[in-house]
Amino acid sequence: MQQIINFLIRYKTFLLYIFFMIISLSFTIQSHSFHQSKFFNSSNWVTGGIFETSYNITSYFDLKNENQKLVNDNKRLRQILYNSKIKDTVLIDSSNISYTVISGQVIKNNYADQRNYITINKGEKDSIKQDMGVITDKGILGIIENTSNKYASVQSVLNEHSNINAKIKNTNHFGSLIWNTEHYNTVQLIDIPRLVPITIGDTIVTGAMSSIFPENIPIGTIKKFDLDDSKSFYYINVSLFNDMTNIKNVYIINNPNRKEILKLEQETISNDQY
Amino acid sequence: MINTNFFINILRFTLLVLVQVLVFNRLNFFGFINPMIYILFLYWYPIKENRAAFIGLSFLLGLCIDFFSDTMAINAAATVTIAYLRPVIMNFVFGVNLEFQSFKLRNTTKVQQITFLALLIVVHHFVFFTLEIFSFTNLLLILKKTLAIGLATLILCLLFSTLFSVKKE
Repeated sequence: MQQIINFLIRYKTFLLYIFFMIISLSFTIQSHSFHQSKFFNSSNWVTGGIFETSYNITSYFDLKNENQKLVNDNKRLRQILYNSKIKDTVLIDSSNISYTVISGQVIKNNYADQRNYITINKGEKDSIKQDMGVITDKGILGIIENTSNKYASVQSVLNEHSNINAKIKNTNHFGSLIWNTEHYNTVQLIDIPRLVPITIGDTIVTGAMSSIFPENIPIGTIKKFDLDDSKSFYYINVSLFNDMTNIKNVYIINNPNRKEILKLEQETISNDQY
Repeated sequence: MINTNFFINILRFTLLVLVQVLVFNRLNFFGFINPMIYILFLYWYPIKENRAAFIGLSFLLGLCIDFFSDTMAINAAATVTIAYLRPVIMNFVFGVNLEFQSFKLRNTTKVQQITFLALLIVVHHFVFFTLEIFSFTNLLLILKKTLAIGLATLILCLLFSTLFSVKKE
């Protein structure tokens, strides 16, 4: 007993170090294999509050640019509206709507890490929940990962866990959009079969397979493509429409039918097993 | 004396976290260089203090940074490592000078100070990027990031430490 106590006293700093190291390693390793931790994220009220204060100060510096962007977006939407054959009033039955859109602002943006997360200033009280899609006026941005009362953290497309269903515009050939962590302007599209005719400059949009994003939201254009190791699929470098380093206004898309879709898929899979 | 020291450390802690999170995490120099200047806390921390408290405080510092930058507990792990290794590094750099009762960091030579800081930064960054990238097949990437970001951190830390150094003639 005496010896054990002596041992503990002698190595107390080392044991303390090991203790802290194990705590941090367990959090880290857990996050490598699964979602971002519920506890360790910047959407809680302390960090969110500090980021929001800083955002409130710095947001004035580029109001002019942001306004210009919003005006451009409005211009584009109006052009579509005036050129469409439908009359200018569209009856909307609220029980029939499949997507609703919430607007928000980015208060923290990261793009230099392996797993980048973005924090926005909308949270549960604005009815934001996990797994909603986030887009900007130019293209997709990511998926809501964690929420607090007033803030939410978004898993950016620039995240090695990110995996989004995407397809080549005007076709139905779909693949997965991933990021190889190398450059913040380029993401990768995999699993497109070799027989698909593609050329550099083709547009990539979101596919219909995902219940998170609506179909045909722009992502980027093909920059370079190669065959992958199996020689039967393409490995496509996609340059994003979004400038990931400069994002402010975002739109969060809610699909109320998502629950139903997921439930149906779950049932199908469990039926399959018998 | 203990009180002033205590308050200075708390002030440093808060200021370094805020500066790190609000300024240096957004620097993105060349697209990926975000210097981690909060290591200065461990450089400045008084030498003859309770080691357990020091390690605990370092863990807390790392964790604070982690909360803000969504990096799980990677910063905490790296910071705790250098907090534990600090006496070893000091022994290596300052040698027998450390034994003197009147040993002060500002009385040492510039070369010794830079070596001390550089070793802290190299160990910290290596642990950090190993955990972040998490595969030894990317060893080259780990070394590249350690070197590039470590150099940026070193330069900025040196600037800060000269800016806030206490001159006593």
